[in-house]
Amino acid sequence: MASHTAVATKAAAHSHPGYGELRHHFESHEQQKDSATIGMWVFLLTELMFFGGLFLAYFIYRQWYPEAFASASNKTDLWLGAFNTTVLICSSLTMALAVHAASKGKRILLVGFLVATLLLGGAFLGVKAYEYHDKWVHHEIPGDHFECEGCHDEVHTPLFFALYFGMTGLHASHMIIGFGVLLVLIWQAWSGKFTEKWYTPIEMFGLYWHFVDIVWIFLFPLLYLIDRTGRSLL
Amino acid sequence: MAAHEEHHVVPKSVYFAVFTALIVLTWVTAWISTKDLGSSSLNVAVALSIAVFKASLVVLFFMHVKYGTKLTKMIVGIGIVWLLMLLFIVMIDFWTRTWMGVAGR
Repeated sequence: MASHTAVATKAAAHSHPGYGELRHHFESHEQQKDSATIGMWVFLLTELMFFGGLFLAYFIYRQWYPEAFASASNKTDLWLGAFNTTVLICSSLTMALAVHAASKGKRILLVGFLVATLLLGGAFLGVKAYEYHDKWVHHEIPGDHFECEGCHDEVHTPLFFALYFGMTGLHASHMIIGFGVLLVLIWQAWSGKFTEKWYTPIEMFGLYWHFVDIVWIFLFPLLYLIDRTGRSLL
Repeated sequence: MAAHEEHHVVPKSVYFAVFTALIVLTWVTAWISTKDLGSSSLNVAVALSIAVFKASLVVLFFMHVKYGTKLTKMIVGIGIVWLLMLLFIVMIDFWTRTWMGVAGR
């Protein structure tokens, strides 16, 4: 199987044999790229259902214990959350611009935007780490030492924080995995593996990175913006 | 020819416009959450509508679905429907449980 592929790609080899060349089971470069895009989207849909389960758990418990969720949500830092959302959107922009640079065959610009994406992602996780530390200091981590000053429903408040850490933690782990992939892509981009004709890995990683951004776009209102006016607590 | 259409490069100005909209909406949704809109469900509806709009911008422009093939569009659409089925079919149960005084609640 491996040797078969090697033979097929060798025939069409240019500067990087077997890398980005037309594989024998595709009819055209176009079809090859469309297949990669569809494959990536199918993967992202499994991710969507993965996060979807957590969102469902969130909706169920919020429906059952609205006061607990409202008062616990007010413990998060609204403006810090908005700032972090901004940082993540900036990293999505630099990622989109990285794909754009790749499509124009601009190597240095591509590397620059990928590095910027990595740094902005790092800044996001830095803020997140600060927030986690803050929760730790205030004993707002579910468990034996859980405390929530001024919370309305102490029995069920830990549920909010369990979901908070579960969802933001799963989101953060996706970003950490993204950093690993980004480092490889930066190295490959630097060594000139991508051309304006072929930069599929950059584009596919872009899809992943934007997906992670979308998850946060929903996590932000659901975790930070619940009942800031305190209406349901009256 | 369709083959040329495929290699569609989205102009940078589109990215910057989408980016600006996303940033503005982020701060709008944060600010509006501190305002009492008359009912807490209205606050939730506004926050989620803004989130759905932002996510749509990202999917259509940053993720190039607007310029993608019909097959890609269909797969993305089906995925969203699938997620909504998960969320709504279960939530319809939880939302309506209090409507009837039946056992199991």
